[in-house]
Amino acid sequence: MKADIAVIDYGMGNLRSVSKAIEHVAPSASVVVTADPAVIAAAGRVVFPGQGAAPDCMREIDARGLRQAIVDAAHSKPFLGICMGMQVLFEHSEEGDTACLGILPGTVQRFPHEAMVDDRGAKLKVPHMGWNNVHQAMPHPLWTGIEEGERFYFVHSYFVQPAAPDIIAGFSHYPFPFTCAVASGSIFAVQFHPEKSQNAGLALLGNFVTWNPGEHAAACDVSGAACA
Amino acid sequence: MLAKRIIPCLDVTHGRVVKGVNFVELKDAGDPVEIARRYNEAGADELTFLDITASSDERDLILHIIEAVAAEVFIPLTVGGGVRAVGDVQRLLNAGADKVSINTSAVVNPQLVKDASDRYGSQCIVVAIDAKRSGDHWEVFTHGGRRATGLDAVEWAKKMESLGAGELLLTSMDRDGTRSGFDLALTRAISDAVDIPIIASGGVGTLQHLVDGVKEGRADAVLAASIFHFGEYGIDEAKRYMRQHGIEVRL
Repeated sequence: MKADIAVIDYGMGNLRSVSKAIEHVAPSASVVVTADPAVIAAAGRVVFPGQGAAPDCMREIDARGLRQAIVDAAHSKPFLGICMGMQVLFEHSEEGDTACLGILPGTVQRFPHEAMVDDRGAKLKVPHMGWNNVHQAMPHPLWTGIEEGERFYFVHSYFVQPAAPDIIAGFSHYPFPFTCAVASGSIFAVQFHPEKSQNAGLALLGNFVTWNPGEHAAACDVSGAACA
Repeated sequence: MLAKRIIPCLDVTHGRVVKGVNFVELKDAGDPVEIARRYNEAGADELTFLDITASSDERDLILHIIEAVAAEVFIPLTVGGGVRAVGDVQRLLNAGADKVSINTSAVVNPQLVKDASDRYGSQCIVVAIDAKRSGDHWEVFTHGGRRATGLDAVEWAKKMESLGAGELLLTSMDRDGTRSGFDLALTRAISDAVDIPIIASGGVGTLQHLVDGVKEGRADAVLAASIFHFGEYGIDEAKRYMRQHGIEVRL
């Protein structure tokens, strides 16, 4: 069976929301939730979600023999990482001192307790939970039709720190700026949950299911625009 | 900046939305899927379903409701009521819930909170605390507010956080259904005692009560049912009022 869009299932959390939202924006596509490396390899596009803790995620990825399939997919086809599926693309997570996939250079760290106060001195809760503004740090096809500063739904206690600032596609504030979207080649990854972010989230998923990373690169070459 | 959330609460029994007045007298307010769709379009930040069905043989009704809602409403959905085991959490998540709220069973079996958050992540485990003032402190009640536990609500909140709760849904039993406003002292005491987000619930009768819950009670989210269900106020109207009073909201 060849899926248009494969949603990687590695036992970390509820994937129904993700697959339902993708079916909603791509009603004619075949969307398959799968833990089969062969299905992932054959799919046209791959979504890599995930909830829970980094050590569990990495353990489950390896227990299912999915590591190579994820690395290959990230380098070869439109690939969307969501939440934990964004964090484990990096080299290392502070959560449980965990070695991650190392597809993107950088680390993952916790919101530092001492920094969690707003400009009025009030305590900021962790996890960072709710709707926050997402600022676009680069033009990208996945931002098409989404307003600068649009709100998306977040729930997380850790955030990524890319080693290369040129992959930062979006950032948010809590209370300091942190990276909430990255783009590199055929990879786009977000800390927030597009599948739970109502119209803005559906717009981003809709952009993903029609995204052609090769075209984007070509357009950048021609125009000379600053593209990642 | 992170927005304070407004969460309409749908109490569901026999497949219909009702809202308790002091958890006893019930009024019918309609079809859950239709109401969920309407709240989504109106800009609700999340939705909470509380299954108040008494008998376990009707328990599966809520699963069908959640499945139907999750297929067309793309905002976070929390479901609570009758969650007794990790298997219950799993069934609700599989039906399309994003978070599961645990109340009585957290008191009966605190290990359930730890097991469920270890298995599915803290982000999807909400512990609901029903509290009633008792002298100079607040006591935790269970079974829909009918049974006293002897537990101090503030200490209980801290324990639930340590066992892995990702969020607390705090209801004042003294205020629920009275429309006289949140118990702000209770909300503030618990919000200050923990680092996880607090949803204030119980007693909302006016838009100013929502503002007070955030500003005085330091709640991260406010939950209300009857003021929205019967069309007294719209979600958008509530958010505009909160913004006028200096509260960050999603409009």
